[in-house]
Order: sequence, then C-alpha cells, then structure tokens
Amino acid sequence: MTRIGVVVFPGSNCEYDAASGVTQLGAQAEFVWHSSTDLSGFDGIILPGGFAHGDYLRPGALARFSPVMEAVGRFAADGRPVLGICNGFQVLTEAGLLPGALQKNRGLTFLCQPTTLIVESTNSVLTSAATVGQELVIPINHFSGAYTCDDATLHQLEANGQVVLRYKDNPNGSRDDIAGVANVAGNVVGLMPHPERAMSTLLGSADGRVLLEGFVGAYVAVR
Amino acid sequence: MSSAPEPLHRALGLTDAELGDIRNVLGREPNHLELALYGVMWSEHCSYKSSRMHLRRLPTEAPHVLVGPGENAGVIDAGDGIAVAIRIESHNHPSAIEPYQGAATGVGGILRDVFTMGARPLCVMDPLFFGELTDARQRWLVEGVVSGISGYGNSVGVPTIGGELTFDDCYASNPLVNVLCAGALPTERLVLGVASGVGNLAVLLGSSTGRDGIGGVSVLASAGFAGDDGAASLDDAKRPSVQVGDPYEEKRLIEACLALLDGGYVVGIQDLGGAGIVCATSETAARGGVGMDVDVTAIPLREPRMVPYEIMTSESQERMLAIITPENWPAVAALCAKWEVRASVVGHVVEPVVRQDGTSVGMLRVRDGFDGEVLAEVPAKSLADEAPLYDRPRRRPADLDAIRADDPTDDEPVGSPNDDLLALLVDPAWVYRQYDSQLFLNTVVGPGRDAALLRLAGPGLPHSERGIAISTDSNPRWCALDPRAGTALTVAESAANLACVGATAKAVVNCLNFGNPEHPEVMWQLSESIDGMAEACNGLGLPVIGGNVSLYNESGGSDIDPTPVVGLLGVVDSLVAPPPGWNWREGDAVVLVGTRRAVGDQAHPLGGTRWATGRGRRGGRVPRFDAVTLAGAIDFVAAEIARVCAGGTSDVTAVHDVSGGGLAAALAEMVAVTGVGVDVVELTGHGELFSEFPGRFVMATSDVEAFSVRAGAAGVPVASLGVVGGGRLRIGTMVDLAVGDITVRRRGALEVALALD
Amino acid sequence: MNYRVIVEVTLREGIADPEGATIERALPALGFTGVTNVHAGKSFRLDVEATDESAALERATALAERLLSNPVIENATARLGKAGE
Repeated sequence: MTRIGVVVFPGSNCEYDAASGVTQLGAQAEFVWHSSTDLSGFDGIILPGGFAHGDYLRPGALARFSPVMEAVGRFAADGRPVLGICNGFQVLTEAGLLPGALQKNRGLTFLCQPTTLIVESTNSVLTSAATVGQELVIPINHFSGAYTCDDATLHQLEANGQVVLRYKDNPNGSRDDIAGVANVAGNVVGLMPHPERAMSTLLGSADGRVLLEGFVGAYVAVR
Repeated sequence: MSSAPEPLHRALGLTDAELGDIRNVLGREPNHLELALYGVMWSEHCSYKSSRMHLRRLPTEAPHVLVGPGENAGVIDAGDGIAVAIRIESHNHPSAIEPYQGAATGVGGILRDVFTMGARPLCVMDPLFFGELTDARQRWLVEGVVSGISGYGNSVGVPTIGGELTFDDCYASNPLVNVLCAGALPTERLVLGVASGVGNLAVLLGSSTGRDGIGGVSVLASAGFAGDDGAASLDDAKRPSVQVGDPYEEKRLIEACLALLDGGYVVGIQDLGGAGIVCATSETAARGGVGMDVDVTAIPLREPRMVPYEIMTSESQERMLAIITPENWPAVAALCAKWEVRASVVGHVVEPVVRQDGTSVGMLRVRDGFDGEVLAEVPAKSLADEAPLYDRPRRRPADLDAIRADDPTDDEPVGSPNDDLLALLVDPAWVYRQYDSQLFLNTVVGPGRDAALLRLAGPGLPHSERGIAISTDSNPRWCALDPRAGTALTVAESAANLACVGATAKAVVNCLNFGNPEHPEVMWQLSESIDGMAEACNGLGLPVIGGNVSLYNESGGSDIDPTPVVGLLGVVDSLVAPPPGWNWREGDAVVLVGTRRAVGDQAHPLGGTRWATGRGRRGGRVPRFDAVTLAGAIDFVAAEIARVCAGGTSDVTAVHDVSGGGLAAALAEMVAVTGVGVDVVELTGHGELFSEFPGRFVMATSDVEAFSVRAGAAGVPVASLGVVGGGRLRIGTMVDLAVGDITVRRRGALEVALALD
Repeated sequence: MNYRVIVEVTLREGIADPEGATIERALPALGFTGVTNVHAGKSFRLDVEATDESAALERATALAERLLSNPVIENATARLGKAGE
C-alpha cells in the first residue's frame, strides 16, 4: 500500500483533511511531526495547509527551519513525490524547493471560495492523471496566495512546462494566473488551491480526486 | 477643590450592601485583595446578578440533554455515540474599542469554552450588529471585526460557517459582536470543570499572564489602592484593557488539551476567560466542593512588577486550568512540551474547612509561595455562586403604545416596489469569503444560506452518517416593538431555517444583548424577552442548554434595541446528499408553504420589517406566536428536505425560508443565486411582498400535484405562486425586474456601502 | 517641499506581542542564542509635503495616529528619513 507522510508543524490545520484525501484513494497516511528527520519508508510527502508557526514573520519563514525540512529536501532530491498545498506551497518556496514566492492577495483580504483551474501540464506528480486543458473546480483558502516571481524565473517556468495549474478567473492577483508550479523534474509540486477539499459532490466538488489520484499513483512511476 | 476619595469597594463596582454581604460571608473585614476578587466575580459579567432570577423561567431539560446551562458549554447527545457541545457569547465592548482584537479574542474565548468540555471545536458562527455604513467609523468597525474573526478563526483552524449581519443606528456607538462555537466529542469522553481529589494539582496551561483586560479594575490605581499593593506606582498607560489574541498559541493549546484528555490525564479542566485565574480556580473548587490553594508566585508572568490582584484577575488570553493527579505530572509536562505549551503547577486541591456547625466549605486561598503567607482566603463558592441576585425594577416603556399605534401597515404604498425590493438585497459574501468555511471537510451548506449544515465527523469521532445544522437568528426590530412575541418568533424563525436544510431542532443557546439593567424599561424588555423565549421553547419542545447575558449595551444614556440572539442546533439523521438549497430549475412550480397570513388581527403586518425601517418607520405591531401553526409547517418542511439528504427521490428542487425582506426578497434571492427568473401571481399588495412573519417557505417542485397531496396530508397549507423560467422576476403587476439587475445589485450592495468599490 | 519621513508602529508596552514572542522562541534552534526582547512592528516610508521639517513630522505623526495605528494598542513614532532611506 502506498504510504504518504503528512508533515505536521505546530499551527498546521489541514493535516487531517490531507490524510483523508489520500486514504479515500486507498493510500495509507501517517502524520510526521516537524521535529522528525527520518522519512524512510514513505512513498510520498504532503506539506498540508494551515498556519505553520502561526505564519508569523512570513508564511513559511519559520517552518522552513523546522528539522523535517532538511529531510524533505533530501526526499525531493531523490526524485520522490513531494506536494505542498496552500501553506505547504508557501513553505516549499521559502525553503527554495520551488521557485517564486507567495504574496498577499490583490484585494488584501483572506479568500475562501471555489475557483476554476485549468490543467497546463501533466508532467508532474500532481497532474499526471489529468489531461491538459481540463477544467477543475477546486476551492482556495488563503490570505497570501498571489504567486510572484521575476521575469527570468517566469520565462524558465514557461519554457520547462513547470506551470501545472492556472486560474481561469484570477482571484488573487497571481502572476500569469499561476495556481500551481512544479520543479524541473516534476516530482515537487505546490499549489494554493485545496484538492483535498474537492473530493466529494456532497461537499460541492469531486474535481480534486484526479489530482490526488495522480499524486498517490506517482511513486510507482518514480520507482 | 477636593472631594473625599471614593471608598475602595465602590471603585471596584461593589455596592455598600454587597460589602455588607462580603463581611457576613467572611465574618470579618475583607482585605484589599479579597475585595478585588469579589469585585470581579460579583460583577454583572461574571455573576448574572440582574438576569439570573429571570433565566430560571427557561426550560432546560430534555432526554437528549447531557449538560445544561451553567457549565462552560451545553452538550446534547446527537446519536451514534457522538455528543455535540455548543456555546454562544458576546464580545461587544472589547470590539468597540479595538475591533480586530476584540473580535479575535471573542473567537478564542468561545473555542476554549467548547474544548474545555473535551470537544474538538468544529465550527464558529458570528452574528454581528453595527450602525449604518454611511458613517466612516462603522465601516472601520466592520472591516476590523471581520478581519479579526477571519485572522483568528482561519489561523486557529476552525471553520466559520455563518452568522448574521445587521445594520441599525442603535448600534452605532455600541456594536454587537456575538460568537457561537459548536464542537463534537465521543459521548463517553465528556469532562466537566470540576476540581476533585485532595492533593491533586492545578496546572496552568498556555500563555503567560500580563495585565490584559484588567482595565476594569484599573480604577484601583486612582482609588487609593496604593499603599499595601503598590498599585498606584504603576503608570496607567501600562494597564491595557485590550487583550491581544494569539491563534497560534490557541491552536497548540487545543491540540495539547485534547491530547491530555485522550490520554486520560485530566480530572477536570476549565478555561480562563473573564476574571481569569480567580474565576477558574473558584469555579472548579466550588463545583467539586473542595478547597484550592493558589501560589501567585508560581504563575508565569509576561510583565514585571505585577501585583497579586492583577495576577489573579488578568484576562490574558489562551490559558487553561487543568486538574491532574500528581502521578500524571511528568506525562502532562512531556505532552505540553511536545506542543510547545507552557505548563506550570500553580495550585493544589485541599480539604474543605470544617466549620463549628459541622458544615464544610472549600476555601480559595491565595498564597505567596505554596507555604508562604496567605494573601486572601475566601469560600470558593461565595465567589462563584453566591453573588447577590437582584430583582431590579421593571417598567413597560411609557411610549410603547404610541409607537405601536404608529403602524406602517396602514401606510399607502409610496414609490416603486421594484426600487424597494432592490434596496433590500444584500449579499454577505464579502464577509464570509474572508472566513475559512470548509476546514475538516464537513461543510455541506456553508455561509449565506438559511442554515449551515455539517457532516457530523471529525478526528477521533465514531463513524456517523448524521449531520448537524446550526442557525443564529435575531430580530431587534420586532423585539423593540414587542420583546415577548419578537423573541418567540425569533426562535421559530431559527427552527424554520434549520428545516430548510432538513434538520430537526434539538437545542437552543442564547445571547441576550440588552441595554442598562438599571433602566426599568430595559429590565422589562429582558424579562418579557425571556418569557417569549420560554413560550417558544415550550411550544416547540426545545431545551435551552446555555446562554450569555450582555447588559449595559448603551451609550450616551441611550440603550440598544433589545437584541436576543438565538442559536439553534439541529440534527439530520442521514446526510448522504446535499439538500436542494435555492437551486430551482426552469419549469419548476413555485409554491408558498405554510400559513399565508399572519396569526393575529393583521394579515400582513409591516411593523418591524426591514421594508418599514428602511423608510424610517419603526412603529407598528408584531404578529402572534402560534406554536401549532408554526410547528406544522416547520416539521413538514424538515421532513421533506431530510428525505433529500438521506438520498431519497424527491420532487422538491428548492427551498428558502421567508424572513428579512419578506416574500419578495426570498424570491429575489433565489433568482440571484440561480440566475433564473420566475413569474409569480398577483399578491395582496405591498404588505404580502414585504411582511416578515416566520413559518412560510418558498419551495420549488417538479411535481406540484404530488407535493400538494403530501402537504395536505400533513395539514400544511400550500399556495401556488408561479413557474420558474425566463430572465425576469415578475410578481403580479407590482414587481418586474431583470435577473441581471437583481444579481448585480445584490452582489455589490455591501461593497458599495463599505465604499470598497 | 517634500520630506522623507519614516513612521514606525509598534505595540504599546504591556500589550501581548505573539509575533515577537514566536520569533524569539524560534531563534535558539537556528543557533542565535542570547537574543531577547524581540518585538515586531511595522515601518512606513512616506514623502510629506510641508514648509519645514517640523511641519512634516507633525503631519506624519497626525496621520500615523489617525490611520496607521490604533492608539489603543499601538504607538506610532515619526522621524525624518536619511538620504536614500
């Protein structure tokens, strides 16, 4: 059975939801406390949403120094799947595992609302089960979700197909409508929307399943 | 010019008679610290001394009630081995001074009330009341309060799933910020705030203690508290009366406390809210019938030179008091260390003192070191439970009859119903978009609808297919005209909201926001309102399981309109499919379910409606509360929708309760959300367009004949309104509006009023 | 003429500062020991049109107290900026 580690920082709050998302797809989820340095035995790692270390200073700024992040860095360097959702995406950018940064939303308010995403690339552990051009309704839930980067980085992202998801109707002022990016190898992905919140029509949308299915299935491809 | 200094007890808010009571309790003169402890514990806020004798008239019992009023939160058995804890509170005055922190700490406080019971907080709702937004200060308050709720609630990780938003000039100087929290726990894990077991330890968890929230007591500095305690040497500027919230600390505190409870390490636990350590220690000791020794030097402080009365009464946020056995201390300390939560032993449970007459009494002793000097020694129960109760004078307002006689129902309609209707439409999405309403993957119906509906699921809970629904409601416009009928109808309105998501109401919590109880008219309003609530709860079979009373909501001698807020908790037995909501479809028949005319001598009263108050008309009369009529319609609708939630087939495609703005607004809201128009028959004048009495529902059905047969069998009236379709909302000859105009106007109304556009 | 003014907004003494406290707790883990009394605040840089330096500071202080801070919990101090600041 696929084993997914869900990293819990003090202040994380979407860890149960992320675990629920992957277990609904048949994987096994285990919480990994932020002081842990051993990720052996895991097939994939999720950095869930929330407010790690209170988001004080900047979102992700203190979390990147948690002991677990060194292990996450090695895990990623080995080519194994790492997914950062929302606050997890912010942590991955602060840690330098993904390019760019997340700034405050254009409207300077927190936004919790459904968004429509367009799949831009399937060359990532998150989007491998989706199709290019597919539209997915998935909610966002963040204050600092406006993706930003310099021109050179943007050029590289586009050239390498690292932009994996875009907003159809940009809610937060993200540069070039970017909602999610991958590293060059495609095994590290971050996105601001919450696929684990879109797993069931009872709760409004099941469009997140195709993304997490890709992630849970990714280790097979990597191995 | 000089005047005699005010006696200390009066500066502490105690009357001369109350000082006499304290002397009787102690059998001696209280020292300054003891007087300060009584001052905060016998305050209106802590003791409910003006309202308690009236609150006793509320029904509080039902077989499913596990914990009723008087504990940190009410608890019901929701079935499947799951209990639901619920609580509502006000944070009105702090929010008026510093809206962000006032609202934020209100959220923090209510969460602690709920996880104190062993429940994981699953949702928050926020009824908010401000002055009209034409005033810049009101816009500042709204933005501050909403961002405070958002900033704290989202970060601490509890979804905010609804609330209310009311604008009225009576709140201009005194906004109301109420907050409700519900949580769930395995039924067998229920814990209470009781200290027991002599020799057990009282452990303070969480933040260090500063001078937060002791502004109320800061009069001490000018009242000659000087001398002994040296209080007067402190600079007034160092006495912040505003508490600052830290959601990150609270999040760790929640996780640590729930882990302590999971581990079975805790005998009793209590949050620290108003009146801080003195309140938590005296209440837990009083409930357990034991004594408690508290060492003021053991309490971690955030600021230098704090004196005992400040330490004991500080309202610093994010603190809990746990009672544990000494053997468990190492495990408790280790668990708290993992969550980076400070834990300090600050007290010991001690034997009650046996008096000469053989009775035993648990004493709260404040000591300077565990073996040190006793700084204060008072019966714990006298602080917690024995404040004097007042039957304050009540008087029906002299001008009430004149106000009721000035009835807008009799007015000739002026102007265009189209414009009147558009002016009533406000989409609160600007507010609730700022709240995380989805965390924990339970939110089936979120903010902005009749009621919120959640799956009854969460970490550590047994599996269940049930759902819980919550609605918060108030109608100060009704209650100003008739607090008794107004409050009763408010309860009915809330039950009707629950029915729209298929839920049957199980329990009520209330937050009674009123003016100055020393005004006899305000006490009359409070007493009438409580009678109305009792009538409605008895009539609908609902227990009141908790509440909060907020008095002194006044400014410049002018009281707010009586604002009893109710929160109703309901249960849906099987929740596998979402309720239909407002989503009617082209071709559906639209019907009005429930009585078409109000109970009473006016068919379509306009007194107290939003339509009338929008025209500056505040007079008129309120319909009667009739339990049989209301319950018939409410139960029928709840059963119809519950069948949809259970996954059954149904011809019902939409349902919406008729409330603020009346039938016309209900129809327009459904048009706005679906983008599909409707053609409605002629109604009986602007009265039927805008009248607001509860027990009526707009429903859409794909098979109106079958629907009418079921309603007929239930004895519930159904009137045909029209057919869904087209690009316009037409109501007879009175209303004719394009769907797009309705949608745009409703969506932008709040942002335009807040001058954000 | 225009004067460069720096306004600093900090929490008043005695008001809880969770952000400062959290940062302070994080420092030892990164090897920065012996750092205490960490406080967080906000800094604003403004160009203020005024007749002289003291008038510029007066205007900046007034707007800082009206808008940039809530005097109930925060102090605002204005000072003239240095060249290039």
